[in-house]
Amino acid sequence: MLFGGVFSLMAVGLTLIFGVMRVVNFAHGDMMVWGMYLAWLMATRGGVDPYAGFVVCAAALFLLGFVVQRVLVQRIVDAPHEMQILLMLGVALVLENAALLAFGPEPQRVRSALAQSTLWLGPVFVDVARLIAFGVAVVLTLLLSLFLFRTDLGRSIRAAADNTYGALVIGTDVRRVYAVAFGVGAACVGAAGALVAPLLPFQPPTGLQLSVASFNIVIIGGMGSLLGAFMGGLLVAVAESLGAVFLKPSLKELVSFSLLVLILLFRPAGLFGRRAS
Amino acid sequence: MSLLETRGLSKHFGGVHAVAGLDLTLAEGEVLGLIGPNGAGKTTAFNLLSGFLAPDAGEIRFRGRSLLGLKPHTICQLGLARTFQIVRPFPRLSVLDNVMVGALARHPAVARARGLARAVVERVGLGARAAQPAAGLTLAERKRLELARALATEPMLLLLDEVMAGLNPTEIATLVALIGDIHRGGVSILLIEHNMRAVMALSHRIVVLNFGETVAEGPPAVIASHPRVIEAYLGEEYVHAAPPR
Amino acid sequence: MTRWVWAAATVALLAALPLLPSLFGSYAVTLFTLIFFYGFLGQAWNIVGGYAGQLSAGHAAFLGIGAYTAALLSVEKGITPWVGMFVGGALAAVLGTLIGFLGFRFGLRGFYFVLLTVAFAEICRIIASNTDAIGGAVGYYITFTGNPRQFQFQDARVYYYVALVLMLTATGVVAWLERRRFGVYLSAIREDESACEALGVDTFRYKMLAMMLSSFLTGVGGAFYAFYLFSLQPGSVFGIPLSVEIIIRAIVGGAGTVLGPILGSFILSPLAELARHYFAQGGWHGAHLVVYGLLLIAVVLFLPEGAYPRLARLLRRRAPDTA
Repeated sequence: MLFGGVFSLMAVGLTLIFGVMRVVNFAHGDMMVWGMYLAWLMATRGGVDPYAGFVVCAAALFLLGFVVQRVLVQRIVDAPHEMQILLMLGVALVLENAALLAFGPEPQRVRSALAQSTLWLGPVFVDVARLIAFGVAVVLTLLLSLFLFRTDLGRSIRAAADNTYGALVIGTDVRRVYAVAFGVGAACVGAAGALVAPLLPFQPPTGLQLSVASFNIVIIGGMGSLLGAFMGGLLVAVAESLGAVFLKPSLKELVSFSLLVLILLFRPAGLFGRRAS
Repeated sequence: MSLLETRGLSKHFGGVHAVAGLDLTLAEGEVLGLIGPNGAGKTTAFNLLSGFLAPDAGEIRFRGRSLLGLKPHTICQLGLARTFQIVRPFPRLSVLDNVMVGALARHPAVARARGLARAVVERVGLGARAAQPAAGLTLAERKRLELARALATEPMLLLLDEVMAGLNPTEIATLVALIGDIHRGGVSILLIEHNMRAVMALSHRIVVLNFGETVAEGPPAVIASHPRVIEAYLGEEYVHAAPPR
Repeated sequence: MTRWVWAAATVALLAALPLLPSLFGSYAVTLFTLIFFYGFLGQAWNIVGGYAGQLSAGHAAFLGIGAYTAALLSVEKGITPWVGMFVGGALAAVLGTLIGFLGFRFGLRGFYFVLLTVAFAEICRIIASNTDAIGGAVGYYITFTGNPRQFQFQDARVYYYVALVLMLTATGVVAWLERRRFGVYLSAIREDESACEALGVDTFRYKMLAMMLSSFLTGVGGAFYAFYLFSLQPGSVFGIPLSVEIIIRAIVGGAGTVLGPILGSFILSPLAELARHYFAQGGWHGAHLVVYGLLLIAVVLFLPEGAYPRLARLLRRRAPDTA
């Protein structure tokens, strides 16, 4: 359940990118895995706790997202969907396998002093690390909403999401807005990655699972809807933990893929969203 | 017997009644013009007739049989073809292949369909462009391609959605002549058009739509001076400003 | 004139391909076997992914079903894979029909269709990994007996010929379809489905047929895969990387063209094989997939129609001077 906050943060990043430029970031989970490895590097090499290091991870991923958008995605924003999908597939392949080259296939886990401790919260016994991950993720999501609704840059991002042409007409630098939005979306998973790194063993292929989890959430919540992504994250976390209780762990993935199929067929517009054509 | 007939045809999107109880009849061999201001429900009516949208209420009969619940491709097979207001060429296929897709609806053998398509391409004046990809055509050429493809399906009734829009007077004159020619070839035509000169020249009868309803109906000469038409198009003050007769 | 030159060149090439093994060393035979086999898979994908423009990213599912079916029938029931490959193809087509029906009936396009196909392939993988009767996650192994009736050959050249026949058959089918109404309709569906419907094309029916044919051929290929490698792991036969291997050949070579996937395989299969050979020895896992990713990006940005159409244009421009 407490993973929900992190799931939400991950999905908010994906939906922000989709909402603004109608491009699905197939490399979302792989970007998150890079966030995890960065946290791991900082913890093992520099002794930085991931609960402090997530800021650096977010900044690094912002940069990665910004550059990917500027150099690659910007050139195919108006291309057919098939081309966009193939491009993002290429980015995902590069990121996942570059991680494989750099860090090897062994699962890693980041040690954090906080991950060892637990506390009683009323009648419930909670992991401190999970509680912090949840808290930080929720705070970051709130900060992101503040950014989108209270700052000029945030407003122009939302304006571009609603109507690219309109934004062009009123003189917004759409290219810059796109790059920032992609960067912010990537920063979300950078932070999310660092936050779950102590809780979840990860290896390069984890990226795909995380991408699928994000797609699941975002489609449940409705493509492009921020509130939907946030609520969807909590929902999927609950569903998965229930699944884990009743099924053997190897079948847990079956639940999320089956869920994906059902949602695709019956609620393609999501529970909170508008239909994306 | 009428070729096409609708009774109480209705469609709303959310709270907006795009088409509200439309009754339309079109006799075999007729050219019927459908006019009205933007948002009057003309294109929605076309989408209902061609099966791209399902009506909320009402009936559509074509050649005596109901079209309700039929897919667009079946309706085309029955002999009702349409063009799209925003042209939809197959950009990477050649002009000839674009038209051949239409011809294949009646002639499954590619060789025969290609021959017929070539004739249609010549007829609409795109012969010189036949081998080129449709993506390279000008707007006027795309409009003619759109028409050629629909024509190649050998329809009894052709629904033309603003084929004149965006064309210059010379191009319009050519197209008007072409449509007249198609009609003389035995095809009935339902025409949505903003270009008044074209619609007046081609139509036997005109129906004026506003807010999804018929506001006037009659031969072109009557419609041209009908106060409710002027009102619908230009606003009420113009009607009062018009000199009394 | 140029057309005759082309036809003569093609015939000469076809005549030469069966003769090559007697000239080559065993490594070259292996390499060409892989080129033909992946060319075949790329061609099978091309029908639905290239011509009809329905991006399936789950073709591994069809290959996996074909592979497991043929292997199980042979080992457990003694049924020859020469029959088993068609049973496997048929079962793959059943799955293809199901995926197609759901995807096309519910109107899933672009990204949504990609996700649906990926989800089904992954579901197959997870089910296979959790079914102990077929080896579970460890995989299913075929003991080599060398019995040709069970599709097991001592001589690697037999696999070369089988792969060659598979590739030529699939290419022949595609070349034939391209000249018929079916092929014309598929290309038109890729370009604009609504316009197709308005012109009397039953888009659902043709997309379904494309999916069935494509999944059937891929399933047949599964049997070859099983009896060429003699081991099946759910992670590799049903996995996304295999689907990517298939797609990337068609895309790089030119999706929606008869010779694109073949050209793609001639470019990529040796590259992949060399990369796997050298990088994997140095412990550089994943290096060839990084190369794939970069290549995919490069093709989308600089050569969106693929290598074949570009090559064909270059040759055609040359032709008038030489003729």
